[in-house]
Amino acid sequence: MQYYLSIILSGISLGGQYALIAIGYTMVYGILRLINFAHGDVFMVAGLMMVYLSAWLPLPISLPLMLLLTAALGFLIERAAYKPLRSAPRMSSMISAIGVSYLLQNLATYVTGGLPQMYPKIPFLSDIVVIAGVSTKWVTIITPFLVLALVIALTQLINHSKVGMAMRAVAKDFETSQLMGIKINSVISATFIIGSFLAGLGSMLYFTNYQSIVPLSGALPGLRAFVAAVFGGIGSIPGAVVGAFIIGISETVIKGSDWSVFSDAFTFALLIIILVVKPTGLFGEKTTDKV
Amino acid sequence: MSENILHLDHVTMQFGGVVAVDDLTLDVNQGEIVALIGPNGAGKTTAFNCITGVYEPTNGQVSFQGQVIVENYPQGKMAAQYAGENKGMFTHRLAPTPDRITQLGIARTFQNIRLFGALTVFENVLIAKHMRAKQNFLSATFRLNQKEEQRMREESMKLLEEQGLAHLKDEVASSLPYGLQRRLEIARALATNPKLLLLDEPAAGMNPQETQELTDFIRQIREEYQLSIFMIEHHMDLVMQISDRIYVLDFGKLIAQGPPEAIQNDQRVIDAYLGVADDAEN
Amino acid sequence: MQEKRNKSGMIAVMGLTLMLLVLVLMLENTIKPTHMIFIVLKKSAVYALVASSMNLLNGFTGLFSLGQAGFMLLGAYTYSILTIPVESRESVYYIYGGSAIKFSLPELFGGVVGLVLGVLVALILGGCVAALVAWLIGLPVLRLKSDYLAIATLGFGEIIRAVFQWDKLGPVTNGANALKSFPTFSSFNIENADGQVVLRLSAFVPLLLAAVCIGILLLLINSSYGRAFKAIREDEIAAEAMGINLAKHKRLAFCISSFFTGVGGGMFAMFANQAQAKNFVTSMTYEILLIVVIGGIGSISGSCIASFLYVAASEWWLRFLDSEAYIGNFQVPLLRTGFRMVVFSVIIMIVVLFFRRGLMGDKELPDLLRMLRSRGKRKEAAQ
Repeated sequence: MQYYLSIILSGISLGGQYALIAIGYTMVYGILRLINFAHGDVFMVAGLMMVYLSAWLPLPISLPLMLLLTAALGFLIERAAYKPLRSAPRMSSMISAIGVSYLLQNLATYVTGGLPQMYPKIPFLSDIVVIAGVSTKWVTIITPFLVLALVIALTQLINHSKVGMAMRAVAKDFETSQLMGIKINSVISATFIIGSFLAGLGSMLYFTNYQSIVPLSGALPGLRAFVAAVFGGIGSIPGAVVGAFIIGISETVIKGSDWSVFSDAFTFALLIIILVVKPTGLFGEKTTDKV
Repeated sequence: MSENILHLDHVTMQFGGVVAVDDLTLDVNQGEIVALIGPNGAGKTTAFNCITGVYEPTNGQVSFQGQVIVENYPQGKMAAQYAGENKGMFTHRLAPTPDRITQLGIARTFQNIRLFGALTVFENVLIAKHMRAKQNFLSATFRLNQKEEQRMREESMKLLEEQGLAHLKDEVASSLPYGLQRRLEIARALATNPKLLLLDEPAAGMNPQETQELTDFIRQIREEYQLSIFMIEHHMDLVMQISDRIYVLDFGKLIAQGPPEAIQNDQRVIDAYLGVADDAEN
Repeated sequence: MQEKRNKSGMIAVMGLTLMLLVLVLMLENTIKPTHMIFIVLKKSAVYALVASSMNLLNGFTGLFSLGQAGFMLLGAYTYSILTIPVESRESVYYIYGGSAIKFSLPELFGGVVGLVLGVLVALILGGCVAALVAWLIGLPVLRLKSDYLAIATLGFGEIIRAVFQWDKLGPVTNGANALKSFPTFSSFNIENADGQVVLRLSAFVPLLLAAVCIGILLLLINSSYGRAFKAIREDEIAAEAMGINLAKHKRLAFCISSFFTGVGGGMFAMFANQAQAKNFVTSMTYEILLIVVIGGIGSISGSCIASFLYVAASEWWLRFLDSEAYIGNFQVPLLRTGFRMVVFSVIIMIVVLFFRRGLMGDKELPDLLRMLRSRGKRKEAAQ
């Protein structure tokens, strides 16, 4: 019983961490129709920045600074690698994203010398708590609540603020909203900033649990979060969150069973099944090609 | 009475709650030029898409040369939503993909030209010959089909010559001027050896002189290739000059049919195009 | 007219390839065999084949697939499992107490002829397995549109990798451990009775294999089917209206591409002297994709040239960036392990952003030669 409780607990918290990454994927896809393959690596870089910053600076400074820098990184990547390709075929920007991902991973290898880095202990989050006989870190308990709070805040922002309205308009129709006087570039930048900021938060929660960071640390969580975004219906934020929880929980359950080799295979099998049965995901909208 | 080539039987197409084509029944006979006209959004292109397999009609039947080629009845979610008539009239589902329809002998052009833009004029036509070739991918790869390939090339070249496009054969299709692109699209459709040609607004964007040339051209290909032609068109000069019969659609419904003279004087058609008087008073 | 031009282009390319093969054969038997260039040549031959088959999908049919690593894995494993000598099986599969497969193709055929035949048959079977799996997953997956297809095939690669590492399949796949001891490219070096190498063929063989496979791909691309693939790339709806069965042709392109990717996978195993599932990761697919992009999407000659440049730059020319260097007493800054890949990825980003059409765009070598010739003529006319 305790065993199952601990698995469910960590599944929910892993799902929450994926959700924070998945939101970045889903928002960018919703607006640019671009799979931002570099997003997982931004998440990894956020982890590394925390490692280096916390070595110099006290936590109350290094943590916000890390979030700020991560958001800036997202902004920079968009300006440097995606903006020049905005009128190019979609395949080009996807390839550019893969290139950025490659660059970030290689940069990380260079900076770290290829050695795994230990994530700093964050007071309170790293502390152990015992619930119903299961001992776990506070981060496990807090993650789902934090995620829910952030998602509610984000949906409020998107539904009720001016930037949010612009985002929705751009997601619906890129060109028309441009003609309506919406500043496309700032909307896109805002999307990347929000997405990267959340990925930074996600990396704090994730690496508090899985402490070692290598240059490839972002690749798989990134892919899984992306699957979650597709699963929930890409472009939809609640969809991404629901998808992330499903993926996170099923991953921990499988990792705890005899079939642990297949945990990623299962995630992707789930993806292929949902794509084939309902290509728009659980909450996605349908688009049609006009003949 | 000449032989029937295309027959639509109570075809209805519903998207969600919108009935785009409502209970459409019409005929095209061997050797005829038939026009389908109507205001924008009347459902003309949707009707074409139902014939060519791009859409699956919600209810109704399409026959080609006396043989049923498309048939459907409201099912699944549509069974409850269906807002058209003749529910229960049809009981089978037959939904071939567009390529099957083309193979049967119905070729089409598109309202917004769809050429293979990066390929040459010659390749555009040659691709249409692929369908009727007997080769498989192995014989084609290892050049065991030289004779057939040669024949495909000769036929395509002949077609380009007949259409006056031969001198442009190595040009990239997207670099042609608009009028020639339309002509190439028709040539490409002819290369599939059709019996029935569907033209979706062939004169769109053409000036009066080009339209006149097109009129002669359509007549000419009908004679040369023994075609029947079914077309959507807005240029009334063209339609009235060339059509044997005209069907008029408005809001998905057939409101009139007959020879050009009758259509010109039909009050319902005039109303559909110009609006009814009491609309103006409001 | 056009056919004649095609033919003369074809002959030019064949001549060029032949010259290259002879050159490599000569180099191989004169220069020190441990020279870096041979590793680069072997690896780039393999990558050229895989990149060309990826180009068939991405560049010619317009299907964005990212499953290459998975299909290479299938080819590599099929090849290795079928060719490991019976006597080595005990030691390779020591964890599982020997292999479930009790034969080895080269030995089955026997002798020198057996080696050649066995390797060829095993490579082709590797391709067939990849093609068969491609057919199966193509049934559901090929209905998806561009990016969704990319993700689904990416996912497929991950699944395949997990399946091959599965313990229960150990007696066949050796679980997560490497397969080795099978014939490699060096097995084709001709030795005299004393075991001394008389004629070195270890770089010639992979180049020849790749050249033949790419030749077949080129023939396909220039056939009626190749035109149909291009039509699908240009406009699916129009292609369908021209009587091209989308499902059939997409599946065909997918299977053929996977076949050659599988063969390339087998050759990769020969190159690496081993096959291990954990090496066939997504980043391998990305590498191949980047080669296709650098060469030009839609150009087979571009893919070949780019794979040589890519492999040579990453393995050879930029090596010096990885080791610390001194000019006098001054240590050159930045140079240390990992810097090579950073520089390399920056170069790639520059290509992707500023030279979007890659080296060749969608042109092939003969097109380029023709353009040069006509430009020359024009100059002559002007003078």
